[in-house]
Amino acid sequence: MSEKSKLIQGRTGPWEIVLGLEIHAQVASNSKLFSGAAVGFGAGPNEQVALVDAAMPGMLPVINRYCVEQAVRAGLGLNAQINLWSRFDRKNYFYPDLPQGYQISQFKDPIVGEGIVEVERDDGTIFIVGVERLHLEQDAGKSIHDLDPNFTYVDLNRAGTALMEIVSKPDMRSSDEAASYVKKIRTILRYLGACDGDMEKGNLRADVNVSVRRPGAELGTRCEIKNVNSYRYIQQAIEYEARRQIEILEDGGSIHQETRLFDPTKLETRSMRSKEEAHDYRYFPDPDLLPLVLDPAWVQSIKDSLPELPDPKRKRFESQYGLSHYDAGVLVADQARAAFYEQAAAGRDAKLVANWTVNNLLGRLAENGGDIETSPIPPEDIAGLVKLIEDGVISSKIAKEVFDYMWAGEGTPAQVVEKFGLVQITDTGAIEASIDKIMAANPDKVEAAKERPQALGWFVGQVMRDTGGKANPASVNEILKVKLGL
Amino acid sequence: MSELTKLTLKAALAGLKARDFSSVDITKAHIEAIEQARGLNAYVLETPDKALAMAAESDARLARGEGGALEGAPLGIKDLFCTDGVRSTAASKILGNFVPAYESTVTSQLWRDGGVMLGKLNLDEFAMGSSNETSAFGPVINPWRRNGSEAALTPGGSSGGSAAATAADLCLAATATDTGGSIRQPAAFTGTVGIKPTYGRCSRWGIIAFASSLDQAGPIAKTVEDAAIMLRSMSGHDVKDSTSLPVKVPDFASYVGRSVKGLRIGVPKEYRMPGMPAEIEKLWVDGIAWLKDAGCEIVEVSLPHTKYALPAYYIVAPAEASSNLARYDGMRYGLRAGGPSLTDVYEESRAQGFGEEVKRRILIGTYVLSAGYYDAYYLKAQKVRRRIADDFDQAWQTCDALLTPTAPSAAFGLGEQSDDPIAMYLNDIFTVTTNLAGLPGLSLPAGRDAQGLPLGLQLIGRALDEGTLFSLAGALEKAAGFTAKADRWW
Repeated sequence: MSEKSKLIQGRTGPWEIVLGLEIHAQVASNSKLFSGAAVGFGAGPNEQVALVDAAMPGMLPVINRYCVEQAVRAGLGLNAQINLWSRFDRKNYFYPDLPQGYQISQFKDPIVGEGIVEVERDDGTIFIVGVERLHLEQDAGKSIHDLDPNFTYVDLNRAGTALMEIVSKPDMRSSDEAASYVKKIRTILRYLGACDGDMEKGNLRADVNVSVRRPGAELGTRCEIKNVNSYRYIQQAIEYEARRQIEILEDGGSIHQETRLFDPTKLETRSMRSKEEAHDYRYFPDPDLLPLVLDPAWVQSIKDSLPELPDPKRKRFESQYGLSHYDAGVLVADQARAAFYEQAAAGRDAKLVANWTVNNLLGRLAENGGDIETSPIPPEDIAGLVKLIEDGVISSKIAKEVFDYMWAGEGTPAQVVEKFGLVQITDTGAIEASIDKIMAANPDKVEAAKERPQALGWFVGQVMRDTGGKANPASVNEILKVKLGL
Repeated sequence: MSELTKLTLKAALAGLKARDFSSVDITKAHIEAIEQARGLNAYVLETPDKALAMAAESDARLARGEGGALEGAPLGIKDLFCTDGVRSTAASKILGNFVPAYESTVTSQLWRDGGVMLGKLNLDEFAMGSSNETSAFGPVINPWRRNGSEAALTPGGSSGGSAAATAADLCLAATATDTGGSIRQPAAFTGTVGIKPTYGRCSRWGIIAFASSLDQAGPIAKTVEDAAIMLRSMSGHDVKDSTSLPVKVPDFASYVGRSVKGLRIGVPKEYRMPGMPAEIEKLWVDGIAWLKDAGCEIVEVSLPHTKYALPAYYIVAPAEASSNLARYDGMRYGLRAGGPSLTDVYEESRAQGFGEEVKRRILIGTYVLSAGYYDAYYLKAQKVRRRIADDFDQAWQTCDALLTPTAPSAAFGLGEQSDDPIAMYLNDIFTVTTNLAGLPGLSLPAGRDAQGLPLGLQLIGRALDEGTLFSLAGALEKAAGFTAKADRWW
């Protein structure tokens, strides 16, 4: 995408959008950040609440080592500085779903500092997003306002769950770039196992900071759109918000820094609170917790145990398997896909396996709303299918038929070929007989072909039809050329 | 009045073990004494049935030749400790009739060792106060009176109930907590022994928080050795408190009676405050002489940042308190008032639930943490705190412990200082430094003023060196020969 096409045309000229994101990713952990209470989806209201989560008098937080490890993994995955000394602060405000009256977060000294993420646009070009920091914090509980006209209900199951907040620099310039960045972060976190990335359950959500400016001008005043939890909503919210700001500015107004909410039904953002109404959170170091000091050897051992991440994996797929940049990208977008592919490609024609995996299998899965985890065809069967093609047992065309039977659960490729008699005819006698029959019935075509060798294709087609597609096309071509004297 | 209540903890434990009397006997004696002493207002909740049940269990264990370090000993519990199934209030209306479903680590260790709970002891609301007058249950009355006077005196605070109950033989010993002097000043005002151990020695889990970085539990007892016996049971690493220290618990009582010969005792010149009563000055001089006689070397030391300690303390403690007390919001437990809007519930519950001193400190704490003020107050106070700790580190180069008065005066009359918060805060002037530095401090009774009121001396030690404090306190206790008890008027 060229620089120019990212600009938005207003009535008075072009505008540039400047975007920074705060991604909240729930740590994939069985227990909460500072309590032993279980974390899980689907429990009854207030069933996963420890005494400390309910802020009973005298209760104290104790840091969950596993959550710290996940934050370190995430930091390493974002090529970021791991801070061996960090600290938890209290962010003070009153709300019924915040029992302590403060959220334990990291304000001044986060566990992870600056990092770099390489993101690819839809057109294949690359841009860089700087990561400002990653810190650990507690999630709040849930306030439910629609159960009763006069009361709000509070569910504390989520209260105290560990979140990683990943703050980007204002390095994105379009809603597409923002969505691509979130996708990339999600992929990295899923590779690391640090977050399951389930956006529907709210396990990964973003606050989007939007401002606009004239190209090359100083940064404009930003508005923060809270808690957007799908790629589509992120894009819609940005588009709306940028237009709103441009309109105000073009009318001679000015933007007021504020927090806004996105309404996905009306596709608009609306003001939640202005800067003047913003809380004074009175951050200060939590005296119930000691500074978090990490042993460099422990961090190194985590680094050594990291899985291969998407970027290096993609490069390896391109060099090791000779895959196209596109195919490699599709395969590494998800760790399970990549693993499936590598299992299927072992000892086989790797590019052919990639074609079958990307074009046929993933295509079919997508049509059915699934992904590789729900594939009815295991990797060894894709390998088996490709081997049949390599060995000349079936043609590529027959292979599509075999694939359909495999999809339908008719068995392994070998079983399907056997059951439905789809073996390719390589017996030259049978092919010759078919050719002789067709030549005899079409003397005019024979003559024409001698004049115009391109007409050979017609004969190939007839032979394939006669043999039910099972004739080996290479043999058919060869024998035809001899018989027609070409 | 049974003689059993007059026993020291040590003597009582020996008698129980020898089966000279049963735990039920000595528990009954205390229950009776408590009933007769309601005028002191030391207990906010008496739990006689629970006490007798626990005593019977102790007797069964003792009969089998079993039993822990405190087996059968009736104890009082400051109502800042959460006790399972027993109302715990922090002497605040905002907790109402809150009954925890959990037991604080410190008290659970007392019961593990065979202690018997007599009830919950009065205190300043959320431990904020130096006279016990901020309690929602009304003040505790000091068992001590001035010679020839019937004026009601404060037992000090915030552990006024613990100190008064121990002094009046309403328990063998009591738990207490100390954030800026709340164990040591009441001990000094009531002729009892109190020790605030090193920060992290006792778990804070289950103790209602005032200021987390300063709060520390400790005992108030009748003698130095009793305090040592209590502290051993109260101490120990607790994984549920991140600030609890992972260190072994020494047999503190074994340090009492050890020779203190050759120990170097620092006398900090900055603690010689202008306007300090001559009797306190004299007591200090006596203390120095006694330790010298016992073979200690006396050295003058300087703690140059002492004058900033009190202001720093009154920034750090309220700041933490303002956040710690945010949970009392009328939502989940305790008092709920107002309505129908959320803001109404918050405002009314907290307005009605908190007393004036607690509100004052929440306001101060909120102010010093506010945007634009944080650096000037809270951050500055933390820097002062570091300097104060450095002062002590410097002092330990030339001495092994410090000797100071515990409080700038003897017990004062109820109401005498309650109109002037600043005067009240000055009660902590000799004690807050150890909280800011996390060091152990012990107060023991060492003399009486002209009006017959007890006065205390304070020993301050290196981190985790309570043992040395107990040895020195043992020597001072012996030399001072303080055996006076308050004449019973209640």
